[in-house]
This record gives sequence, structure tokens and C-alpha cells, in this order.
Amino acid sequence: MSNCISIPMNPWNHDVAKDEKDLVDVQIDGVWLQMPRGLNVVEAAHRAKKFIPHYCYHPKLSVVGNCRMCLFEMGTPKMGPDRKPILGADGKPEIAWMPRPQIGCATGITPGMGIRTDSPLVKDCRNGVMEFLLINHPLDCTICDQAGECKLQEFSVEYGTGESRFVENKVKKPKNVDLGERIVLDDERCILCSRCVRFSSEVTKDNVLGFVNRGSYSTLTAYPGKRFDNDYSLNTVDICPVGALTSKDFRFQMRVWFLKESKSICTSCGTGCNVTIGSREGKVHRLTPRENEAVNSAWMCDYGRLNFHYLEDKERLQNPLTKAAGEHFPAPWGDALNRAAEGLRKVQPSEIAVVASARMTNEELFVLKRWMDELGVTLVDTVNRPEQGDQFLRSADGNPNTRGAELLGLSHGGRKLSTWGGEIAAGRMKALLVLGGEDVVAAGIPAACLAQLEILIASAILPNATTRVAHVILPGAGFAEKSGSMVNVHGRLQRFSRSIAPPGQAREEWMILRDLREIVTGGNSLHSIEDIWKSMATVIPVFAGLSWGKIGDQGVDLTHSLPAEATAK
Amino acid sequence: MAFSEHRLIFKNIDAPGYTRDIACYQKHGGYEILKKGLAMGGPAIREEVKKSQLRGRGGAGFPTGTKWSFIDPAKTTKPIYLICNADESEPGTFKDRQIIYKDPHQLIEGMILSCFANGVKLAYLYIRCEFTEGWKILEKALAEAKAAGFLGKNILQSGYDLEIHVHRGAGAYICGEETGLIESLEGKRAYPRIKPPYFPAVLGLYMCPTIVNNVETLCNVKHIVEMGGDAYAKIGRPNNTGTRLLCVSGDVVKPGYYEFPCGAITLGQLIFNVCGGIRNGRRLKAVIPGGSSAKVLRAGEVYKIKEKDSQGNLVDREVKLEDLRMDFDSLAAAGSMAGSGGVIVMDDTRDMVECLANISTFYAHESCGQCTPCREGVLWLKKILSRVAEGHGRDEDPALLKDVADRIAGRTICAFGEAAAWPVQSFLGKFKEEFQLRIRRNGAAAKRDTISLTH
Ligand SMILES: Cc1cc2nc3c(=O)[nH]c(=O)nc-3n(C[C@H](O)[C@H](O)[C@H](O)COP(=O)(O)O)c2cc1C
Ligand code: SF4
Ligand code: SF4
Ligand code: SF4
Ligand code: FES
Repeated sequence: MSNCISIPMNPWNHDVAKDEKDLVDVQIDGVWLQMPRGLNVVEAAHRAKKFIPHYCYHPKLSVVGNCRMCLFEMGTPKMGPDRKPILGADGKPEIAWMPRPQIGCATGITPGMGIRTDSPLVKDCRNGVMEFLLINHPLDCTICDQAGECKLQEFSVEYGTGESRFVENKVKKPKNVDLGERIVLDDERCILCSRCVRFSSEVTKDNVLGFVNRGSYSTLTAYPGKRFDNDYSLNTVDICPVGALTSKDFRFQMRVWFLKESKSICTSCGTGCNVTIGSREGKVHRLTPRENEAVNSAWMCDYGRLNFHYLEDKERLQNPLTKAAGEHFPAPWGDALNRAAEGLRKVQPSEIAVVASARMTNEELFVLKRWMDELGVTLVDTVNRPEQGDQFLRSADGNPNTRGAELLGLSHGGRKLSTWGGEIAAGRMKALLVLGGEDVVAAGIPAACLAQLEILIASAILPNATTRVAHVILPGAGFAEKSGSMVNVHGRLQRFSRSIAPPGQAREEWMILRDLREIVTGGNSLHSIEDIWKSMATVIPVFAGLSWGKIGDQGVDLTHSLPAEATAK
Repeated sequence: MAFSEHRLIFKNIDAPGYTRDIACYQKHGGYEILKKGLAMGGPAIREEVKKSQLRGRGGAGFPTGTKWSFIDPAKTTKPIYLICNADESEPGTFKDRQIIYKDPHQLIEGMILSCFANGVKLAYLYIRCEFTEGWKILEKALAEAKAAGFLGKNILQSGYDLEIHVHRGAGAYICGEETGLIESLEGKRAYPRIKPPYFPAVLGLYMCPTIVNNVETLCNVKHIVEMGGDAYAKIGRPNNTGTRLLCVSGDVVKPGYYEFPCGAITLGQLIFNVCGGIRNGRRLKAVIPGGSSAKVLRAGEVYKIKEKDSQGNLVDREVKLEDLRMDFDSLAAAGSMAGSGGVIVMDDTRDMVECLANISTFYAHESCGQCTPCREGVLWLKKILSRVAEGHGRDEDPALLKDVADRIAGRTICAFGEAAAWPVQSFLGKFKEEFQLRIRRNGAAAKRDTISLTH
């Protein structure tokens, strides 16, 4: 398996040089530097810590050069009569500057090229483009969701004049256009950069978006009779540099400058797209893709992006609950855990079975595994979650951490689980722990059968058919409410960090399991995820040499060290 | 002094009894040059075209031989396409339509020769949609040529195959810009492509090497093959060879289309002798010499032009407007261009504010809308100019207009940006007092600060 998953629909990667080692000399704002040949000027300048503002250019889309914001002054080496560059006192080529500015996004660097990103001409070009973009812009920042992360706002401050010379009437265009299931378009805000059009034609290839009319009256629209509804449509909201495309889910909900950002991963399928969680005051407001070329490039699917509202479900389990006289009552954590421990002590380890979850983190699974080993519990499995999947990012594995569960020896692909109904009915299985919010009723064990158990302990964040019959319910934390790591279907170890606190008394599951272990078997406390990693790295061969810190924001590829049978899946 | 035309391209056009069917064309020697060309071979034709110093007649005046030399049929593995640009939409230009309507086979013969020379097996004739009749004429002429064995498989038993398809535009000026044309031909919006990397010779139609030439240019190829490149280059002046079709419109006694060797006559001779002078006994005020995009020239102007003297030394010569030679280099030296050959003459009754507002209205309507400076700037120019023309000008408007135009030209994807900016820059530069006067006269209205709501 290759180091990187290939993203077949990503047509371009302009930010990656063809050959990073094939270097040429270029002069950027007076300083000679070495840069990979052919890299475009916007990217080369970026590497030289010089920002060339741009709207239409996106490193993952074709280059069309329509916004003209990236104009720069270009020079080529002066040639002598011998057709060789004339060298200056510094031994570097003398540069002949072209009178006409060039676009940085479509110009690849060549040996001896001169680049000016800050000259009076360049400033005038940017100033001109800013003025042009603003004359027909509605300037409704006060009610625009993009405000605060709008390139038009940012570049106006940076490169504009702050006043308008335009006294004519502005062009009127459609507003509040229902472009699709999840997206609203404001054509007056659109700066016609065509990023969304190119996304639709090049990445998702449904080719639904386009422009109609000419000149300043040009208008973005969906093909007549079609809706912009593909499974990745919300990525256009991210790449739209202005507030023209807004997400129905997020619009008018929260000012972006109030959002606290945390680095996370999507846990809605086995791909584990890297995301940024935007939250405020304990509430998640949005997920946006975080670039990771080895996983999701700059994209994520709409399903994963919007699959966080369950965190605020009013049914959320907020307190430990214990069952008495057929009813659940809130209990302090100590009481609930004691009740669970008591129930487990009454049965033989061989009569205990655990339903772990491939939605749990490696850390949670590790704490569980250690405790099971100490206790001598061997019956364990996970619940499979097969999905449709697609050719792009969505995995056919609906579980985000199947590989991690396999790695820790806690998953048997649901094969064992399928026999447990019979075991319970036969009285051979007396205690069941169902973790990570799994629902064994949905997985095929009838509730009536579960009722025969001496003790059923369930951890979950939302009630389900299993929790309904459980003796003890332990409220857990959702992906945004905890920290941990997972291994995606491609064998990449990735971590995520807690963004908000779980509601009420709910807790991260590794803490729940740690405390349960302390009560049942005793043992040293683990105080942090870092602590868990210290043990994991010594016990799990694949994690040898790794630590929480070393996973980093982009994850670690484990394919070379993963056991064969895990890789084969 | 009589100024008799030198009709090469227009030789048979309007000649009594000349019809556009293939029989008539052949009776006048039609398709004989094709036979000659097929016998010469492609490389030899290319050599003759290079020697002829023919420059493109579509507007930019780019040397055709050089354009063709960017493509080497012997080395190219992809198909090579040739497109005849018959979009003729530059205001003031009406020469290509004469050829299409009255002598279509001349164009087709020129096209076949050019295709043969460049190893082209499939060519397109992109015609503006407004030429409805012209389209039918071309379709019929192509069918005739095919029936006669000049098109299709194994042309005249030479082993060379060629198909030519006519494609109709949908009514947009920008479809005349060669890369916009190519996009349109591919079935997309005519958004001009960025160059680099999409030079037609490298990444043209369907990303294959492509030659785009104007109707008149391709007709010239036929005559070059006929008389040889050297003989052709003797017509006109060095670097400005061959004849030029001139379309004169506006305030002259005899507007129309004329053909002269490049630079053989002056602007003054064209207006006052050939076209019978200014109408109604008025005086010349201004002339746009190469289609509406070209910079305007003002009567009474004197230009400093570098020219070679009899010893071949470069010397400065002062040339009056009337003495400007009608060729590429002289008009460029005067700060304008020969462009598409559309000469628009304005007399002293013309209001320059309104003329410019009219021109800008055209460009605001035709900007494709792809790139920011042109899309937003050109409509802005039009709005200011309409407002000024309607009597709501402000003192700052001329400077603003100039500034907006300056920020369009040279910063856009295609040359439309210049085409729209040049008229504004030149009208304002040369008729400044007229704009100021207009604004001052309407000062009272402007002071009321009521900006017209009609535009
Ligand atoms: C805005 C714009 C419009 C144009 N319209 C035409 C046109 O209608 N006909 C034409 O032959 N060339 C037109 N051109 C020039 C073409 O881009 C191209 O240069 C020409 O067809 C090349 O042919 P030539 O080399 O034979 O002149 C236009 C250029 C621009 C920038
Ligand atoms: S909607 Fe946004 S991304 Fe799409 S063209 Fe307009 S500004 Fe660009
Ligand atoms: S593809 Fe999978 S991991 Fe990525 S956003 Fe969608 S559900 Fe989440
Ligand atoms: S310069 Fe004008 S016509 Fe040309 S691409 Fe830009 S917007 Fe279109
Ligand atoms: S980024 Fe838009 S033109 Fe280069």
C-alpha cells in the first residue's frame, strides 16, 4: 500500500512541485532564492514568505487567471550577444523587467526569473482589482456570514483605498438563491472567481454550476432544472472567497470570529478526514476540512461535515443511570460504577463478554484491553458498520477506527458477536458490557434475550434499545468532547483534541474505563492521554517509538508496521 | 490624381456577371492554384508564405509565416487544426463578409491550401451568427467544392484528405478573440484562455496545435501561392506587404470597401480622394483608422515617425494626419493601429462625448465577464460616459475615466481590455476640452447632485 492515499478526483496539486529537488535561482523582491522549477509564482512567493493575494487560484483546481489579483512584475535575465545571461556584480543575472504585469497563478518560475510582489505597479494593480470588485458589491458585511473570514474584506484592508469613487447604480442580481439542499447563493456577493464551478466540474464532476449573461451582469447559476446537491457540495462554501455561497446549516448562526478552533478528525467513516471544529461556549457550530494530502486533501463530505448535531440532542445522556424496579434513576458516578463492579464480581470472567466499538479511540480501547487481560475476559468483538462508500472520500467502513480495534485485538469483525445471543439464552454468558454507544439489539441480540443477563452495562451518549434494558448506563463523550487517536482504513494513525466539554456528568470513556478498572481490579491510575500513550508505545509493537506528540496534526502512516492481516482488509 | 484600386482579393467581387457558384469561380481560374499548391508540397507553401511577409488581417497584424512556423506538421503527433476566423465583429469592419457573400470559393481555396501546407485534416470555419445568409452560402460552396473533389478524401488524387465544417457563433464579439473562439467551438462559453499556457499553436482546439487565421489572411495565401512569396512581397511596402481591404464608414461622401496595396495611399487620400471627402461640406474632425478598438486620431495632428531615408538611416519625420500611410507600421507609429481595416470618419458635427459613450456601450455589452478589470471596469466606463453624455457630468469624471481605463489595459486575460480602454484613453486625451465643456455646461445639473437613475 502506498504511503499516500490517492485522491482520484483531485485534478491538480499546484502547491507541490513536480520535482522538489530540481531547483532554479529566482529573485523575489530583490533576494535570490532557490525554488523548484515550474512552481507557480504564487506558491514560490509563499515559500519565500511573500504573500501574493489571490481569489480565483486554488492549489487543487485548474488555473483560470480570472480575478487578476495576483498580478506581479516579472523580469527575465538580460541576454548578451552570445545569448547568455549578462551577470551583474553579484554574479547573478541582470534582470530586464517587463512593462506588463503577469499573473502569478499561471506563471511557472524559470531560471533567473525576477519577481516583484510589492512594487508600485503591483500595488496599483491590486488596488485597481479591489476597487473593481467592490463597485458592484453589496457591502452587506453586517449581515454576511463570511464576514471575518472574507477575502474581500481582508484584501480591502490590505490593498484597497478605503473609499469608493463609484457613484453609479450597482448591478442588481438574484439574492437568496436556493442552489441546492444545503447551499444558498447570493449572486450580488459573487466575485465570479469560478472556484465553485471548477470544483463541480473537476472534483465532483457533476458539472452543475455555470455562469449566464455577460460582462458585469454575469451570474452564477445551476444548470436549468438541476440542483447543486452532490455529496461534497459544501466544500464550495469553504473555497468561495466571499459570502456568496453559504451553508444552510451554518448561516446566521454564529459570527466566525467568536469560534474557537480545534484540530480534529471526522469520525463518521473510516477515512477520518481531517477537520477543524469551530465551537463557542460549549457548542459545536461547524466542521470544516483541514488540509491533509495523505487523507482528504482539502475536502470532506457533506454527511461527515454535518454529522455533529447529535451532540446537542436533547436526549443526550447526561448522568450515570442505574436501574431499579424496572426504571432508570440518576446516580452519582461512584454509585453507578460500584453497581457495575458488583455485578461483574458475581460472575466468572468466562461468563463476561464485551462489545467494544470501532468508534472508540485507541486510548479507550487500550484501557479496556488491559483491564480485560487483568480480569481474564476474552470474549470481545465489535459491531460492523458497512456503508455504501464512494469513489472519493467516503469509506465503505462506517466505523472510524476498525483498524485500531483490530490492532488492539478487540475486533473479530462481528463474527463472534453473532453467536452471543445463543450464549446468553443458554445461560453461559451472564454479563455484558456494551461500550461506545453500540446497540446490540440492532446488531441482532433481542432485547428479551438481554433481559436474561445478570448484569448489562452500557456506555453511550444517546439512549438506544440496549441502554433501555441496561442495568447501568454510563454517559460518554462525543468525538468533539474528547481527545484520542484512531487508525483510518488506510492505516494512518491520527489524533484529535477535545473542543468542548461533554454535557452534564458525561465523561470521556477512557476515564470511565479507568475508574471501573480501579474499582474492579485495582491498579495504577492513568491521568492523561499522554500517560496512556507511554504504556501503549511499550505494549503495542506497531506503536513503538510513538507518542501523543509525535502523531502531530497530520498523523502517522502505519502501513509499514501494521500486521499483515490488518493491512489486508 | 486618380487613385485606382489594386484589386487582388476583391478582383472579382462586384465584377459584372460574377456569381458565387463554383462554375463561375472555376471559369475565372478557380482551384487552379490548389492544383499548383498540391504539386508544390506543404513545406514549399509555408516557405512562400514566410517570404511573402504576409501579416494577419484579423487585427493584430501578426506575421502569418511566423505563426505557422510554431507548428511543425512533421513532428506533431496530435492532430493539427485550422480555424478560419469569420466572426468579423469589430465595429466598422465589413470586408470579410464581402468575400463570404460574393466569392466564397476564394476563401475555401485559400483555406484548403493553408490546411494542406500545415498538415491539417480537419478545419473549421467559425462564422458569426448574424451572417445567416453567409452561412448558407458557405455550406453550399463547401458542398460544391466537395462534389468537385477539392475537399474530402484524396483531394485531386493527391492522397490528401481534408474536411471543413462551418460553425456558427451565437452573437458575441468575444467569439472573435481566437481562444474565446476555440472555447466556443468546443461548446463552452467563449471565455478567452490565459496565454501562457494556452497558446493556440500548442494547446488550441481540444488541446491540440491550432492555427487561427482571418478570412482575408487565408485568401491572401491563395495569391501568394499563385504569384510566389517574393512577388507578393513587392506589393505594398517592406514589412507591410500585399494589399489591404479598407472599410470606410462615417461622414464621407462615398463610404464603402476598397482595396489598395499596403501603404500605397495616405489617410488623407483615402478620405478626400477615394471616398470623395467629408459629407455635406463639413470638415474632418477625427478618424478611427482600424476598427472601433483603435485609438482615435484627431484632425490637425502631426506625428513624429521614425523612417528610413534613402541611405537607409533612421530619421525622424513629421507626418500630418492626412499624410499617414495606410499600413501597419505607420498607423502604429502614430499611436493607433491598422487593426481590422475599419476606418471610421467623423466630421465636425460629431459630439466626441457621445461618440465615446456609444463605443463604450458596445464594449460594456460585449465584455465576456471573465476577468475583473474588464468585467467591472468597462461597464463602469460606460455608466460614467452615459451620465456625462446625459448632462450629469462632474469635474472629476474625465480623470476618473482615464484612471479606470488605465487600470484595465494591460491587466486582463485578453486584448478586449485594451480594445475597450484605448478609445477612452485616446478620446479623453485628444478631446479633453470637449469633455470639460460638456461637464461645465451641465454644471448646474451636476451640482444638484442628482445622478441619473437611468443607467
Ligand atoms: C476582442 C477581440 C475580438 C476579435 N475579433 C476578431 C474577429 O472578429 N475576426 C478576426 O479575424 N479576428 C478577430 N480578433 C483577432 C483574433 O484573436 C486573431 O488574432 C486573428 O483571428 C488571427 O488571425 P490573423 O493572424 O489572420 O489576423 C479579435 C481579437 C480580439 C482581442
Ligand atoms: S459563488 Fe463564490 S466560489 Fe463561486 S464563483 Fe462566486 S465567488 Fe467564486
Ligand atoms: S468521507 Fe468519511 S471521514 Fe471524510 S467527512 Fe465524510 S464521513 Fe467524515
Ligand atoms: S478582457 Fe474582457 S473579454 Fe477578455 S477575458 Fe477578460 S472579461 Fe473577457
Ligand atoms: S489568482 Fe486570480 S488571476 Fe491569479
